[in-house]
Amino acid sequence: MFKVKVYVTLRESVLDPQGAAVTHSLQSLSYHEVTDVRIGKYMELTIEKSDRDVEEVVKEVCDRLLANPVIEDYRYEIEEAMAK
Amino acid sequence: MKFAVIVFPGSNCDVDMYHAIKDELGEEVEYVWHDTENLDQYDGILLPGGFSYGDYLRTGAIARFSKVMQEVVKAANTGKPVLGVCNGFQILLESGLLPGAMRRNESLKFICRPTQLKVVNNETMFSSVYGDGERIQIPIAHGEGNYYCDEETLEKLKANNQIVFTYENNPNGSLENIAGIINEQGNVLGMMPHPERAVEKILGGADGLKLFQSIVKQWREANVVKA
Repeated sequence: MFKVKVYVTLRESVLDPQGAAVTHSLQSLSYHEVTDVRIGKYMELTIEKSDRDVEEVVKEVCDRLLANPVIEDYRYEIEEAMAK
Repeated sequence: MKFAVIVFPGSNCDVDMYHAIKDELGEEVEYVWHDTENLDQYDGILLPGGFSYGDYLRTGAIARFSKVMQEVVKAANTGKPVLGVCNGFQILLESGLLPGAMRRNESLKFICRPTQLKVVNNETMFSSVYGDGERIQIPIAHGEGNYYCDEETLEKLKANNQIVFTYENNPNGSLENIAGIINEQGNVLGMMPHPERAVEKILGGADGLKLFQSIVKQWREANVVKA
């Protein structure tokens, strides 16, 4: 069994209105050293072992559903876990 | 002409769409549930607004994989008119029937009010009853209508005259004031403003009716006037 962490963020070239609002809010709280905030999504997947390569499966589900390649990038971490 | 209004869990403009077609346009229309596997009997497909699947993950992302969408793609490929309004537009983008994607409105606010649009291209099956450059008033109601595509796609949209409607005063940050675009083949239109909410005086205006009349006009010319 695998525990997979997937992070989806807006592409660098795409304006993130939520991130911009949070950046302004932090600066109004006097955190002037914070110059940028990008907001994204974090997902945890549990994937059972199968005859398919787990990384191949993760990439496929990210490309097909979890992220929209037009505006989003993704990265992932795969960890092998013992079944409880 | 017989229309299908596709209903997903969370659609909420389906009744407005049905009313516009049946009572104001005077054409046949049926509700079609999202697990339907055949749309052959319909001449036009309408994807209404709403919050299909609660907008979970991304707007339109889950609806895009519902059974009926394979049929919508098939209908689009055979040249039938497919109109997606608001959430329907978002579903068309996610499904790849139209290029680009939606971002949150620049203001982060849900905006619900009348907007002034310009008919940029009146030579489509969805806009032929409008005048060239006609200014019309159609309401919007969305939180994610901030259209985005890369530069290459934008150049293509412009070169092929695929931008059909633009906002006169950009309400949401949308690229190039884009309010509605059409596919290259010219039979799939997506737009954020709601023409079905502007089909009679009591609603504040009837500028949306011409869009539906355009679809029927084209269909009649192609299918009825054969004698």
